[in-house]
Amino acid sequence: MLREIGCKSIDDLFAPIPAEYRLNRDLKVPRQMAESEIIDYFRQRADTNAAGYAVFLGAGAYHHYRPVVIDSLISRGEFFTAYTPYQAEIAQGTLQAIFEFQTMICELTGMDVANASMYDGSTGAAEALLMAVRVTGKKGAVVARTVHPEYREVMRTYTQHQGLPITECGYLPNGRIDMAELDKKIGNDTACVLIQSPNFFGSIEDVAGVADLAHKKGALLVVSIGEALSLGIVRPPAEADIVSMESQSFGVPLGFGGPYAGVMATKEKFVRQMPGRLVGETVDRDGKRGFVLTLSTREQHIRREKATSNICTNQALIATMATIYMTIYGREGLKELAAQNLAKATYATHEFAKKSKVLFQGSPRFNEFVIETKEDPHQINNRLLEKRTIGGFPLSKFYPELGNASLWCCTELNTKQQIDTAVQAVGQ
Amino acid sequence: MSKNGIKKASRHVNQNEGLIFERSSPGKKGYRLPPLDVPAVDPQKILGEAARQDLGNMPEVSEMEIIRHFTRISTWNYAIDLGMYPLGSCTMKYNARVNEVVARLLGLAEAHPYQPEKISQGALRVMKTLSDCLLDITGMDAITLQPAAGAHGEMTGILLIHAYLQAKGNPRKKILIPDSAHGTNPATAAICGYAVENLKSNSHGMVDISALASQMNEDIAGLMLTNPNTLGIFEQEIHKIADILHRKGGLLYMDGANMNALVGKTRPGDFGVDVMHLNLHKTFSTPHGGGGPGSGPVACKKALEPFLPKPVVIEKPDGTLGFDYNRPQSVGRVRMFYGNFGMHVRALAYIMANGYDGLRQTTEDAVLNANYIRKKLEGDYELPYKSPSMHEVVFSDRIQAQKGVKTGDIAKRLIDYGFHPYTVSFPLVVPGALMIEPTESESLEELDLFIDAMQSIAREAEEDPELIKSAPHSTRVSRLDETAAARKPVLRWKPNQAESAGE
Repeated sequence: MLREIGCKSIDDLFAPIPAEYRLNRDLKVPRQMAESEIIDYFRQRADTNAAGYAVFLGAGAYHHYRPVVIDSLISRGEFFTAYTPYQAEIAQGTLQAIFEFQTMICELTGMDVANASMYDGSTGAAEALLMAVRVTGKKGAVVARTVHPEYREVMRTYTQHQGLPITECGYLPNGRIDMAELDKKIGNDTACVLIQSPNFFGSIEDVAGVADLAHKKGALLVVSIGEALSLGIVRPPAEADIVSMESQSFGVPLGFGGPYAGVMATKEKFVRQMPGRLVGETVDRDGKRGFVLTLSTREQHIRREKATSNICTNQALIATMATIYMTIYGREGLKELAAQNLAKATYATHEFAKKSKVLFQGSPRFNEFVIETKEDPHQINNRLLEKRTIGGFPLSKFYPELGNASLWCCTELNTKQQIDTAVQAVGQ
Repeated sequence: MSKNGIKKASRHVNQNEGLIFERSSPGKKGYRLPPLDVPAVDPQKILGEAARQDLGNMPEVSEMEIIRHFTRISTWNYAIDLGMYPLGSCTMKYNARVNEVVARLLGLAEAHPYQPEKISQGALRVMKTLSDCLLDITGMDAITLQPAAGAHGEMTGILLIHAYLQAKGNPRKKILIPDSAHGTNPATAAICGYAVENLKSNSHGMVDISALASQMNEDIAGLMLTNPNTLGIFEQEIHKIADILHRKGGLLYMDGANMNALVGKTRPGDFGVDVMHLNLHKTFSTPHGGGGPGSGPVACKKALEPFLPKPVVIEKPDGTLGFDYNRPQSVGRVRMFYGNFGMHVRALAYIMANGYDGLRQTTEDAVLNANYIRKKLEGDYELPYKSPSMHEVVFSDRIQAQKGVKTGDIAKRLIDYGFHPYTVSFPLVVPGALMIEPTESESLEELDLFIDAMQSIAREAEEDPELIKSAPHSTRVSRLDETAAARKPVLRWKPNQAESAGE
C-alpha cells in the first residue's frame, strides 16, 4: 500500500507533524494483552467490587430486575454497532425503535412529545431549565431543595454563565415543597419552577397544586422524575409544561452510575424550543411509512451557536434498552411491578418504624422513605456490609440539618428476608 | 393490507414489521413476577389522589413477539458489523466483543454509584488506570471522566478555561472558532457564555496564522481547534498557534474528535494544547449504539486542574482509591455520579488489547488507509485541498455537480454498493464535501471494494446521473420525505392514526 501511494515508509505520512513534537518512545500503557488476560484482569477488578449484595440504595439509581431479553436484543450488532441514524434509508431499525420510545414516554408522562434522549436525568433537568428560559424569555428559576442534590449541582454548572439566578425552595415536615415559600419566591422574572416527583426523599409532590401556583404567576412547571418506574402506579405529571426523566430504572444496569438515559417530554406547542434529536414519521417516494430525524434546525450541526443545545451524541442504545423494557412489561406489567415496589416499601416502612423514626409522613411515597436513627447511619451500614447488605443513603452529606437520617429504597428485588435483616441491624 | 388481500406484503421476512403498538392486544404478556412475599397493598389507599388509573396505550405483547419485532427492525439498520462505515470525523472502527463481555461482569455492571468506596475498589481502579493511560496518550497532567459525550466534554473544557481566566481576574468575552469546526464548538461556546468569533482558514486548509495574530487580543479567552482539522490536515504551525494565544493570555482548546490520527505518534500536551476532550466512542472503540452512549473525558494542564468537575478519583495514603469532593475551585458537576462508567471499562479493554505497540500501529494504519483512498480516488473526485491527509480525506462533488449529481446523491448511491455513506456536506468550508475516514479496521480488500464503488459511481454520474439522483434503489424504503416530516411533525404513534394508515 505504501508503494501505491508513493511513500518509502510509514513515517512519510507523519511528516506534517513537526519533528520536535513526534513521540519517540512507547506510550506508558499496559502491554498488548490476549483476550483471556483482559477477561482475567476485569474479573479481578469486578471481584473487588460488591457483587450479589442486597441493595437498599436508591437516591437516583435504582436496582431493578433486567429481563434477559434486553441484552439479547441490544447485543445485535445491527443495534449497537450502528451510527446515529442520519442516513434514514439504512437506519430504519434505530429510527423506529426511537419513535416507539418517544411514544411510550408520552404515554407514561402525559406529555405530547418526547425527544430521542438526553445524557441522563441531571443534564436533562438542566436542559429543561434552559428550555423554559427560551420559551418564556424570562431569566431565573426556582428549584425545590427536594430535587436530587447532584441534579441541582449540574443545573448550577449549566446556568452559571448565562445570567440565570437559581433560587432554592425548602420543604415541609411532610417532605413536600413548601408552597408558602414557593409563592413568595416566584417573581416576575421566574421562567420556571422545577420540582422532582417522587422527590429525593421519596415523597410524591402535589404536582397539580404546584402547577397552579407557577402558572398563576406566569412561570412554567418542570417536573423531573428520577425513578421512572413510579409512573406505573403514580399519576403522570400532566399539568407540567416540561417533564425531564431519568430512564435508568427501565432495564438499564446500575453500572456505577452510567451510562443512563435522560429523556425530555413537553407540550406540542413548545417542541421547537426542545433540545436533542427527534424522530418523526414520514413517507418514502412510494408512499411507504418510514422514520427520519426531524426538526434539526434546532440543532448544533445546523444552527451552530444559535442552537437550542450543544448536544450531539445522546444515549440511543440506552433508550433502545428502555424501549425493550417498557415493551416487555407493558401496560399491565409496569403497573404490577410498581405495585410490588409499593408493597415492599410499605412493609419496610412499617418494620423500620418499630426501630427508628420514619420522617416525612403525611404525603404519599413510592419506593423510597427516610428514617432517622439514634446511631450514625454509617455505623449501621458498616454492620450491614458484614451481612452482604448495602444499607440506605446517609442524608447528612447533602442535608446536614437531617442529622442521622438516611434514605432507603425497596424494589421488587428486595425480599422480605433482606428487609427483616436490615431492620434488625438498625435496632441493634 | 395490500390490494390482493395478502397481508404479508413481501416474501422477505423483514419487510412487513409494523410498530409494536400495532401488535398489541389486551392480555398478552412477556413477563412473570415472583409471588409477593410481603402483604399486598391497595395503591388507591396509599397514594390517594396520586394513584394512577391506567397506562394508556402501552403495548401488551408476548416475549416471542418482542424478540421478532426488535430482531426484524434491527435488520433494517446498517452497522459496522455489516460493512465499512467511512464516516469522516466519526471514527467508526470495529467494536470488539470482549469489551462487551467485561462491561457486563456482575461486580462492574451492578455496582451502585453510592455504594461505599471500600466495596467499589474495582470500579475505581478501572477509572484510575484508564485515566493514567489517557494522560500519557494526550501528554496532559490531569483528567476528568465525567462528561457523557464529546460536546459535553467541550462544555467542560470551556468551563475550565472560563474558571481559570476568572481566577486570574477576567474570564474574557470571546472564543475563536475556525470556519471548518464541528457545529458543537460554537454551540458549546454559547452555553458557556462566550461570543463566537470566526477564524478563517488559509488556502492550504489550515489556520491562517497572520489572521489569528491580528484577531487575537485580550478579549479572547481561547481558540477551539480540531487537530488534525476536519479536512484531515495536521495544523503544521500548531506551536505558533499556541504561542500567539499564550502570549496574549489565551488558552488553546483541542477538540479531540480526530485523535485517531495521533495516538502514539504525537501528544497534544507536547504541542501546546492546554485542555482537550477525547471521544471514547471514536478513538477508543466504544460502540456508537445508533447515536450513543458516548463518553468525553477532558484532560488538561496542571494550571487548570483545580477547576476540574468534582469528584475526582484519588489515591489515598493507604493505597486505596476514593473520590475527592473537596475541590473549592471546581467548575461544579457536569453530570450526576461519575460519567458513563460502562464506556470507561470498554475503552480500557481496548487499550489493553492494543498495548503501546498496537495503539501506534492503529494510528499508522488509519492514516495509511485514508491516504490509500485519497490516492486511488483523486482522479475521479476533486480534491480541494492538496495538503497531506492524516486519517481522513475530504473531496468535493465539483466534477459530478456539473451533471447535477451532488454529494448527497453520491452518498445515497453508495448504499446500493453495500457501504454506509461518508460524511456529507461537511466541513462547511468545502462546498459539496465528501468526507471519508476509513479507520484502521478496514482491510485492503474492503478498501478496494469501496474505491471500486466510488469509481463506478463517478462513471455513472457521467453516463446516467438520474440513477444516482434517485438512489438508493436497494433499501427497504426509498428516499424519505424529510421536508414533510419537518413541516407537519408526527413525533409519536396514536391509535387513530394507525387506523387511517392501514387503509
